Amino acid sequence: MTAPLRSPAPHVVIVGGGGTGAALALDLVLRGLRVTLVERGEITSGTTGRHHGLLHSGARYAVNDAESAIECIEENQLLRRVAPGSFEENDGLFVGIDDEDMAYGEKLFAACGETGIPARWLSPAEALHLEPNLNPDLKGAIQVPDATFDAMRLPLRWFATAKAHGAVIQPFCEVTGMVVRNACVMGVRGRDHRTERDFEVGADLVVNAGGPWAEKIAAMAGVDVPIRPSPGVLLALRGRLCNMVVNRMHKSGDGDIVVPQRALSIVGTSSWVVNDPDDLGVPEDHVQKMYDEGSKIIPAVRSAPFRQAWSAARPLIGGPGGADTGRELSRTFKCFDHMERDGVDGFVTISGGKATTARAMAETTADVVCRKLGIDMPCLTRQTVLLPHTAYYAA
Amino acid sequence: MSDTSVTFRVHRFKQGDEEPHHDRFPVDVGPRTTVLDALTAIRRSQDPTLTLRHSCFHASCGTCGMKVNDQEVLACVTNVRELGTDEVRVEPLDNAPVISDLVVDMGPFYARFDVAERPLVRESELVPGSRAAAGIPYPERYEDCIECGICISACPITGTDPTYIGPAALAAMDRVRQEPRRVDVPSILRLADDPHAAWRCHLAFECTEACPSNVDPAGHIMQLRRSLFAREWRRPSPEPEGARR
Repeated sequence: MTAPLRSPAPHVVIVGGGGTGAALALDLVLRGLRVTLVERGEITSGTTGRHHGLLHSGARYAVNDAESAIECIEENQLLRRVAPGSFEENDGLFVGIDDEDMAYGEKLFAACGETGIPARWLSPAEALHLEPNLNPDLKGAIQVPDATFDAMRLPLRWFATAKAHGAVIQPFCEVTGMVVRNACVMGVRGRDHRTERDFEVGADLVVNAGGPWAEKIAAMAGVDVPIRPSPGVLLALRGRLCNMVVNRMHKSGDGDIVVPQRALSIVGTSSWVVNDPDDLGVPEDHVQKMYDEGSKIIPAVRSAPFRQAWSAARPLIGGPGGADTGRELSRTFKCFDHMERDGVDGFVTISGGKATTARAMAETTADVVCRKLGIDMPCLTRQTVLLPHTAYYAA
Repeated sequence: MSDTSVTFRVHRFKQGDEEPHHDRFPVDVGPRTTVLDALTAIRRSQDPTLTLRHSCFHASCGTCGMKVNDQEVLACVTNVRELGTDEVRVEPLDNAPVISDLVVDMGPFYARFDVAERPLVRESELVPGSRAAAGIPYPERYEDCIECGICISACPITGTDPTYIGPAALAAMDRVRQEPRRVDVPSILRLADDPHAAWRCHLAFECTEACPSNVDPAGHIMQLRRSLFAREWRRPSPEPEGARR
């Protein structure tokens, strides 16, 4: 068959309706591609909606993972520009409560300087003026540009804007298999649970944006992706205990952050590794740990009224065996072109990463997609101001 | 405490079905199990075709509004054992088109809600006794309303008058009156001053009873009416306090 002189734009199918899939759908339609996104449940029903809503300044990673830290501060500043009105922009504090914390604080402050994260030291009195609920015995604090976002409503702005540019978003459409011919993925098939009818969608390229489910989706194309679903427990308390995001000034650990969000305070998080991202559970000892550790930075954590405790699975990259807490797995993301890696064409997986860097993950993935499809178009998501989240539901 | 078995009687409907029906599923529930946990467990191990909306699991996103034993609730914060019934009846919200099973179309909700032009973020609230950090012009905090549709489902007027704009939009309009944030308040209040808006409510207070996020829509509707009576919005007003950035 000969191609017509002006063939329609290539069609990309994205599997997975989380933040990454949302940002990727927008990136690709802005570059002129046709996009269909299919999601097993409601959009943002997997990991995306369940995180604490921290817009990372990058300071959490500055000491041990400069690459992640730089990614975070760049995206932090960029997202405030393209999604105005979507953040509680109150900054964050790293709070030191013992000498070990303060020693870490020296390293943290220096590392923020090296990675371009604005930071300034506050005395205990200054910190308590800003946040009277802090542990009164604190020894010092560092202010950084952390912020809070609504874990569902920011991705909804990507979805809304993608839809307005022609992306077809199909929730409740579960992919059950890939259409593979001659070692090339040509589309997806599955079941639309709104009608209980089977569907098959042809594609020039399929992107697996399944987060912790990415391994299962990749298996449908006959390739192995080393995802380790690494859940963490989060605790929501009624009432705002702080205006700013409050972090413990030490290396990443359990219960080391309190994120104010709407009328709640979220204490996070723990980390372990599971095999099935659909079956996480909420271990009681992890909930207790949130109270124990969280109350060290804000004592009122212990007495604030309980709202809920839940788990969310991070999609970390790592091979089987080895890591068992998930903390030693990288928080950066990785895009796999399965032609280069496994000899399967027409199939790309994006995974790892974190909510703050979803747009950057999408940009990298869209670059790979466009290179594979022979399209030379620049990324536009760095400057395209997003529609409000409510536009997603507009007819 | 060991798990106990509870029967879930769940509303089922797929596009193309003539009538909805109900399916029963036994679920083992522990002390922490929520209705949302139970429904996702049903989907995982009994019926993968069950559709429902959910996202945050902690009453912040508003997607899992549904009726449980005839009460509008967020499934994610509704503890199964605390319901105290051997059978738990689960239905989609009222006064919204059903897409499938427990999933309703939020399009009509947002078509009305958007009219209020209420910004998502407040610019006026600090934790008591605190002050804003250097470099922060004013403190920001998300509005309480999580746009779940529960007040619309619970409202007896919305059920009988499809032209009524409903409690969520009216509460949002009143929030704009209280804290304009660069929105043109008189134009919003003109929309509220309508037989199908602020004056349609007959103060059943079902919305305030059901609201999972302490918005108090009925209280807002009364305040709106008071300000409409006073016509305070018709006077030329100085620069609204929120317009600082």
